[in-house]
Amino acid sequence: MSIGADINPHAPRPGNAVVSRLACALVQPILSRVVRKIAARHPSLFARLGPHQRTDFLIDPVELPFALHLQPDPQALIFRAVPRDAAPPAGATIRGRFMLLLELVDSEEDGDAAFFSRDLEVSGDTEAVVRLRNALDDVDGSIAEETAGMFGPVGRAILARLRRAYPNHSEGPDPR
Amino acid sequence: MSLAELICPSGTPAALRTAVDAGADAVYCGFQDATNARNFPGLNFTPDELEASVAYAHAKGTKVLLALNTYPPAGKVDLWRQAADTGARLGVDAFIVADMGVAHYIARTYPAVRLHLSVQAAASSPEAIRYYCENFGIKRVVLPRILTIPEIRQIRKEIPCEIETFIFGNHGLMVEGRCSLTNYLTGQSTNMDGVCSPASDVEYTRQADGSMSSQLAGFTIDCFGPDEKAGYPTICKGRYTAPHRPDGYYAFEEPISLNLSRLLPDLIDAGVHAFKIEGRQRSKSYVRGVVSAFRAAIDDIRAGRQANIANLVALTEGQKQTQGAFETKKWR
Ligand code: SF4
Repeated sequence: MSIGADINPHAPRPGNAVVSRLACALVQPILSRVVRKIAARHPSLFARLGPHQRTDFLIDPVELPFALHLQPDPQALIFRAVPRDAAPPAGATIRGRFMLLLELVDSEEDGDAAFFSRDLEVSGDTEAVVRLRNALDDVDGSIAEETAGMFGPVGRAILARLRRAYPNHSEGPDPR
Repeated sequence: MSLAELICPSGTPAALRTAVDAGADAVYCGFQDATNARNFPGLNFTPDELEASVAYAHAKGTKVLLALNTYPPAGKVDLWRQAADTGARLGVDAFIVADMGVAHYIARTYPAVRLHLSVQAAASSPEAIRYYCENFGIKRVVLPRILTIPEIRQIRKEIPCEIETFIFGNHGLMVEGRCSLTNYLTGQSTNMDGVCSPASDVEYTRQADGSMSSQLAGFTIDCFGPDEKAGYPTICKGRYTAPHRPDGYYAFEEPISLNLSRLLPDLIDAGVHAFKIEGRQRSKSYVRGVVSAFRAAIDDIRAGRQANIANLVALTEGQKQTQGAFETKKWR
């Protein structure tokens, strides 16, 4: 996995079609469980999404062999790994390095700052992205920690390891 | 020495709690409608959320200021009156207002609640500020970002109310409350609908060479090279071509943020009572970083120590900062 992956959508992506499909099949049960639990724990999240509960978001962590398709409809929640060559037409796309995306979800990083620095790229319906960002930002605590916690000590160890692997992106602004 | 209160942005209940916990003396927020100047999708408070947030803030000794700082269009003043009624019922500590009708309604209906004059009122002379104080009982004026520190010091001597100035954040360059650039392109008004460059009219497009263009209502307002830092899609920060500048240039202002951390001691000495951090549209991460940095700096100054100001440039627009007119009128 290359930590310095290019966020250019035309840059070559890791994994061929077979690897990508295999990876999707492997992570899908985890994603389904995670998204159901998070949605159950944070129901207020959906109100801030307003009309964009039905929007198809494509979240593209550039160094992973797949992208993530999210439709945050509380009645029919979709969160699945998709090979990039089979991704559905997206209403909005959010692209960046995996750890940055994770830290944005947890508000460890500031989305506007990541946009200014060009580490984060958005396209499609900007209002949908702004609503999703604001909905996630109103969640207390860490969704990453919650997710890791669902898988016990192993989950927490993986998260800690991921954070160590991305030293530059786990630091918030230095407060002093 | 002035009290040097720290006034912090809260776009969501979680951001409000973050600001309170990071040491805000007061937080400012708004409802999910056109009554405030950050009427962004998915942002702001329902009345129930504000009620719980007021309780949280008050339990920790932090004040809550409610922004009702837009201008009601003709015939639509009821929305602003209802917002004031709700705010008063929920026990907010002050209203931040710009419109005289809104100020008059609150002054007559809720005389016990403080009124602050929003930057959106663009009151920058002692005469204008005194007028608001005398007629509406304004207790504090938020000064437009067009005055030097000597000018602020002089105004302080000539007005009967407190002064609040911005110290960090987005730096629009037009006279506040009077900018119609967004209205011109999108039909939505910053000053009446509460949103500059509404997200529904913004689109970003990556070009094949890695550059990114930002469009507002179909008009390209900037194109950032592959390695260039980006800014907000506001017209005042757009880059335009003109017959004498065929390559494109920032006609009004470049993407940049205000950062007055180095001027804090001078501002306190000039009699500024309160310092405002811009950014209700920003994340908890921004709120945590900026509020704790300024909390520590103000505490240092109050204790007679040299303030050790954090490096906040990573959070600035275009990753550039300025002291704007506070430092010199030659700015831009
Ligand atoms: S265009 Fe610029 S100056 Fe005008 S309202 Fe928007 S941010 Fe402010």
